[in-house]
Amino acid sequence: MDCKEFTIAENRPLTEKVHYLRLAGDTAAITMPGQFVSLSLPGFFLRRPFSVCDRDAGSFSLLVERVGDGTALLHTLPAGTNVSVLTGLGNGFTCEQSGDQPVLIGGGTGLSPLFWLARELAAQGKRPVVVLGFRTAADVFFEEEFCALGICPVLFTEDGSAGRKGLVTEALREYDCSMFYACGREGMLRAVCEATHAPGELAFDVRMGCGFGACMGCSRPTVSGMKRVCKDGPVFRKEELLWNA
Amino acid sequence: MERLNVNLCGIELDNPVLAASGTFGYGLEFAGIYDINLLGSFSFKGTTPEARPGNPLPRIAECPSGMLNAVGLQNPGVDAVIRDELPRLREVFHKPVMANIAARSPLEYAEAAEKLAQQEQVGWLEVNISCPNVRCGGMSFGADPKAAAEVTRAVRAVTKKPVIMKLSPNVTDIAEIARACEDAGADGVSLINTLLGMRIDLNGLPRGPAHGLAGL
Ligand SMILES: Cc1cc2nc3c(=O)[nH]c(=O)nc-3n(C[C@H](O)[C@H](O)[C@H](O)COP(=O)(O)OP(=O)(O)OC[C@H]3O[C@@H](n4cnc5c(N)ncnc54)[C@H](O)[C@@H]3O)c2cc1C
Ligand SMILES: Cc1cc2nc3c(=O)[nH]c(=O)nc-3n(C[C@H](O)[C@H](O)[C@H](O)COP(=O)(O)O)c2cc1C
Ligand code: FES
Repeated sequence: MDCKEFTIAENRPLTEKVHYLRLAGDTAAITMPGQFVSLSLPGFFLRRPFSVCDRDAGSFSLLVERVGDGTALLHTLPAGTNVSVLTGLGNGFTCEQSGDQPVLIGGGTGLSPLFWLARELAAQGKRPVVVLGFRTAADVFFEEEFCALGICPVLFTEDGSAGRKGLVTEALREYDCSMFYACGREGMLRAVCEATHAPGELAFDVRMGCGFGACMGCSRPTVSGMKRVCKDGPVFRKEELLWNA
Repeated sequence: MERLNVNLCGIELDNPVLAASGTFGYGLEFAGIYDINLLGSFSFKGTTPEARPGNPLPRIAECPSGMLNAVGLQNPGVDAVIRDELPRLREVFHKPVMANIAARSPLEYAEAAEKLAQQEQVGWLEVNISCPNVRCGGMSFGADPKAAAEVTRAVRAVTKKPVIMKLSPNVTDIAEIARACEDAGADGVSLINTLLGMRIDLNGLPRGPAHGLAGL
């Protein structure tokens, strides 16, 4: 973990609700796909956590959906704005056990950490399958970016207006999946776990206070007791999880 | 910087800045960001005789002036804190630390206090009789002068280290409770624990936890 000043280098809309942001600065602490960063925004008491979509030595990118006041402000910050960022938070996905054909499942902005993961797995000679779910065609983003990696995603929309009609869990039955990786809302993550016997890693998104393990504001139940999503997660193995009834 | 020196219940601090319990874990997390020895000291997470899972999520809600929290004293229990957390803390923090304790009965307060007071690293005991986020114990002791005195006496009886009673603002007359603690042998009072609060949606529905307001 590190606390550093970054400068917004790019901030552009991908859809009506989602922006692509790139922030330039010292990214040394960001080492694993699935890790997140936490941005301090002027006028807000708590920092806002976001998954790292990709990184290089001098910058990292985020995919930010406007859901409330903080993300609305973030969408308006012009290039050149300085932002204090906690970097290298959380544990990240592990690639060693992925097998030859891992399936990566993202719902909405949950696809963000899967981009770097897909790039990493492909670099290791694996053949990841990427499955993305959206509500409707107007919400779809980042399809071309995955194609540019050589991994064109399997698209699902709930209303069938783009890609296939239905839920991402359907795709799991169609692939001989060695392991899955998923990120999205809790309901989707649970459905994914129930849809396959394959082992998997899941990245969670819960309300956080500090974002680095000090306040116990983010704990969720696991088989080995309450675990902090920000510090012991946000990635948990499927078999570690307990679901609320 | 010598003019920042303070004496807190008999222990010299080189400055009077102490991080509040529950905002600073057991110190290790912040040690990754800066040298925590810059602090005068800190009070570690409220520790109970047995491990506690805390409340279900969500535990945090932001508001314009701070945050509401309803963590519910999640902690690994006093034995695990002594076994796992304090040795790790010793590596990064070289000053006396304040041990924050909570329990369900005076007897249990004494049990946690006795174990922690025996640890060399522990300078003070901060006795939380003011947590608004647990059903049993916590604030109920801090709302009544007799109960507050009883907890103070129970802790006083097991240690010579400074005993600081952490009081709740959610009472009619905090001075009366502070006096009861003093009369029962407390060396100091810690003011204040979180205020009861609730975040209200403009449409009239409660939003987020209806619990402690912090950061004012
Ligand atoms: C590990 C992690 C990774 C995330 N990655 C992304 C990402 O890549 N892209 C993205 O768009 N969003 C991501 N989120 C969710 C993002 O943090 C929230 O959408 C954002 O904090 C909302 O802020 P706001 O001020 O707009 O909303 P408000 O509702 O005004 O915020 C009020 C409070 O609630 C918190 N909050 C609100 N919604 C969420 C939520 N869904 N998850 C967590 N906290 C929330 C805020 O942080 C703030 O403390 C991630 C969350 C976590 C924990
Ligand atoms: C997330 C959080 C957890 C807390 N946990 C504890 C605790 O375990 N024990 C305790 O005595 N006080 C706890 N508190 C209360 C603080 O120590 C402090 O008394 C309170 O936040 C009021 O101070 P403030 O307004 O400066 O934040 C907690 C506060 C917060 C925000
Ligand atoms: S957000 Fe503070 S411990 Fe996770």
